[in-house]
Amino acid sequence: MAYEKLSRDAMAARVARDIPEGAYVNLGIGLPTLVGNHLPPGREIFLHSENGILGMGPAPPKGQEDWDLINAGKQPVTLLTGGAFFHHADSFGIMRGGHLDICVLGAFQVSAGGDLANWSTGEPGAIPAVGGAMDLAIGAKATYIMMEHVTKGGEPKIVERCTYPLTGIGCVKRIYTDLAVIDVTPQGLRAIEWVPGLPFETLQSLTAAPLSRAA
Amino acid sequence: MIDKTVKSLADAVAGIRDGATVMIGGFGGAGQPAELVDALIEQGAKDLTIVNNNAGNGETGLAALLKAGRVRRIVCSFPRQADSHVFDALYRAGKIELELVPQGNLAERIRAAGAGIGAFFTPTGYGTELARGKETRRIDGRDHVLEHPIRADVALIKALRGDRWGNLVYRKAARNFNPIMATAAATTVAQVDEIVELGALDPEHIVTPGIHVTRVVRV
Repeated sequence: MAYEKLSRDAMAARVARDIPEGAYVNLGIGLPTLVGNHLPPGREIFLHSENGILGMGPAPPKGQEDWDLINAGKQPVTLLTGGAFFHHADSFGIMRGGHLDICVLGAFQVSAGGDLANWSTGEPGAIPAVGGAMDLAIGAKATYIMMEHVTKGGEPKIVERCTYPLTGIGCVKRIYTDLAVIDVTPQGLRAIEWVPGLPFETLQSLTAAPLSRAA
Repeated sequence: MIDKTVKSLADAVAGIRDGATVMIGGFGGAGQPAELVDALIEQGAKDLTIVNNNAGNGETGLAALLKAGRVRRIVCSFPRQADSHVFDALYRAGKIELELVPQGNLAERIRAAGAGIGAFFTPTGYGTELARGKETRRIDGRDHVLEHPIRADVALIKALRGDRWGNLVYRKAARNFNPIMATAAATTVAQVDEIVELGALDPEHIVTPGIHVTRVVRV
């Protein structure tokens, strides 16, 4: 039976479904930023941005950009009514102090034990940049990863041990991919859902660490 | 009468020495004191260590300072950006030293310097390349890394309004690193859009009290 991978927007909508009313959430740059476009209307959710914003709103209409009001990816955003600004140490205190309910990050690799690699490919000559990734990974109450299940070359990104430089150890709670939702548990990785038509055995073959199946 | 306002950008950056550590506020372009950086280029100090979240964008501000060859070393969290070509070229040519710091450690190390904290333990970075060689300790069952303060000779910051005592308020997310850098430098120079009369800033809303500010210049 044929199966279809989730589009980037469908992945974002899937993650958004799991974010409850009242949650304080940080969305990492890149793919996770898309989650903001799919938050269910009517649910009040507080988006945090590392550069000192709580209550971050969507992008402004063209022509109304304010370059003093940008997100972590340095794109113009807006502030919701009731939003707040604060300085960088307070902003990272919100992350590091365990005050955020959820952060959603992209990844190069996630290990069976929940280790995360998402800041450097470690290639010689590459210019490293870490930003807030290490603070977010260890700081939020729940760290969710959102990524393609395999690399462009077809290599699994969920692995027994990360080969790329680590961002954090044992910090990932759940992985959302274009094929499946997988929980990281003390007993190992547990697939809780996967796309229609995808045999579990195929999902396992695209995952370089053992998966168990939710009952 | 205390008057921390100065008339010109040249006065604002006077006395910055070769070899100084200079903090520059801002997150990308937001809150970056671009005019003070231009004045620093004009002033001529070289062999600088720069502390900033990024490593310059495009050809202006911090990127222009790098391009002018004045920076020996940069301490930042996110040097690589779509328009960081000035830094990229210097780094690849081995002409600039980079200390890469997780952004929360950068902020907290600056804050710690301003608050008189000798060092602190944090879980951020534990077990990663960026904590290599650093002292670690298990506290309450969790592994931590010892991080030390970052101090500067000079902080160049940007605010929205200031008064002659150096009290400052900021604008939106342009606040970012500016208030903490103000506390962590021996000399703090603030560029503001507007200088207001003493008493015009609501004392309940002042973000940086004047004790942390040495000079204020309107741009």
